[in-house]
Amino acid sequence: MARMKFLCDAERCIECNACVTACKNEHEVPWGINRRRLVTLNDGKPGERSISMACMHCNDPPCAAVCPVDCFLQTADGVVLHSKDLCIGCGYCFYACPFGAPQYPRTTDFGSRGKMDKCTFCAGGPEPDGSVEEYQKYGANRLAEGKLPLCAEMCSTRALMGGDGAVLADIYQERSLRRGYGSGAPGWSTAYGRNDRGSPFAPGGPGTGGA
Amino acid sequence: MRPTRLPLHALLLIALLAVQSLAAPTFAQAQLTQVPGQNSPTSKEQVPLYVPQDDKLIGRVSIPDEKLAVLVQPEGREWREWRTNTLRLAIGGLAIGMTAVLAVFFLYRGTIRIHGGKSGRLVLRFNGLDRFAHWTTAVSFLLMALTGMILTFGRPLLIPLIGHQAFTPLAEYAKSIHNFVSVPFVVGLLMIMALWLRDNIPEKADWLWVKTAGGLFSKAGGQHPEAGRFNAGQKLVFWSIVLGGIGMAATGYLLMVPFAFTGIGGMQIMHVIHGLLAAGLIAAVIGHIYIGTIGMEGAFDAMGCGEVDENWAMEHHRRWYEEQLRKGYVEGRQPAE
Repeated sequence: MARMKFLCDAERCIECNACVTACKNEHEVPWGINRRRLVTLNDGKPGERSISMACMHCNDPPCAAVCPVDCFLQTADGVVLHSKDLCIGCGYCFYACPFGAPQYPRTTDFGSRGKMDKCTFCAGGPEPDGSVEEYQKYGANRLAEGKLPLCAEMCSTRALMGGDGAVLADIYQERSLRRGYGSGAPGWSTAYGRNDRGSPFAPGGPGTGGA
Repeated sequence: MRPTRLPLHALLLIALLAVQSLAAPTFAQAQLTQVPGQNSPTSKEQVPLYVPQDDKLIGRVSIPDEKLAVLVQPEGREWREWRTNTLRLAIGGLAIGMTAVLAVFFLYRGTIRIHGGKSGRLVLRFNGLDRFAHWTTAVSFLLMALTGMILTFGRPLLIPLIGHQAFTPLAEYAKSIHNFVSVPFVVGLLMIMALWLRDNIPEKADWLWVKTAGGLFSKAGGQHPEAGRFNAGQKLVFWSIVLGGIGMAATGYLLMVPFAFTGIGGMQIMHVIHGLLAAGLIAAVIGHIYIGTIGMEGAFDAMGCGEVDENWAMEHHRRWYEEQLRKGYVEGRQPAE
């Protein structure tokens, strides 16, 4: 089974924000929610690099570990999803996430947070694939239709890639070899450096340890 | 033509470049010269995939949400460790440890009796306002401790019992109660400070109480060092609640307005402080409840009905008792002089 990952080649990203726009449009993401964003490092300085970042669907997701209501699940493809029916919007997953992926809609003027929203790897949520409820809560489920995440499909320079991690690594290494340099896959040591648990888990399942 | 002179902005540019080249060659500059060369990989295996990232990586974003400029924050790992292990150990360990210590103490000492028995004459100890302030603080503290524990321990302890579908609404209500009840807690805290602060200022007599541990361990009983309205032990509880409560309220309100005043690192630290203070306060309050109920005969009356037995007052707070006697607050006795 493929292990789904994102890989953003910082040498290729031109900060066009097409991935961000594609994501917002495909999933009808509400205002103020940024499932994917572009961060520019060393802005205006020599060595400026832009990196497109969203949920990296970690091997050992910190969000799932700290969730007080145990609302996360991981599919057999390694995609980290969550149940908006269980989420209470406490905000803990944002504190634990290394990549700032979890987002919260503001529900009142007092700053109270609604249910968390994040990148689903275009794989919807725990609801039945392609159902109306799934689309309303989590956006489109392209993976169920045999398509890859739209952000990566949309990338004009093929900087952002999404798909089977082994294939992405191979493409990236070959392309780095040809051009003669590469600074590594951003975030990979943090997201996939730990051992892959190798098995999916769901709320209450043994994968989360229940703790 | 006049002799060519460098215009000011050109000079500035040169100075700027000089300063930049003086700065240590950073990762960024190393990347600038990244062209195929001697260090180029000669095989696919030489291309690095996993580059260790141990420091926060902050850049610039073009969206309004500035906290998202943090690209990678490995500190989340430490916070995760805190949230999933250390926090539970601190709160659970201190609460259970305190209870165990008290249980052992109870077996050793039993209920501390009024040495001279009950006299039947009552002395006013806490008036209505005093008791209102105490119970406002107490009830809201207990509610927040309970709801906080639900959020902290619910996943390992309650979800296996009641299931995910039932736990989510419970956790949601717990979160709301935790947030809203903080208001009466702060009101109560301000009231007890206004009412009792001047009686809780440490004085010389407290030293004797500390040295003799308040006579708690003398099994014969009746060995209570002289004390005013509050003895050193009570002062310790007062200052724990007041200072700890202020700290918990401050960090708690900042947690309720996330990222209003600090970034991700600050929010994590705030949560750690809030949790540590909670662990300390819960343990302190368990001790406070023990000595105010089954630990000591006649103690609960002070906050229950507001009046204590004359003998209890004489044994535990002689200096304060004499004051009350002078003021005529002792039932059935004429004010002295």
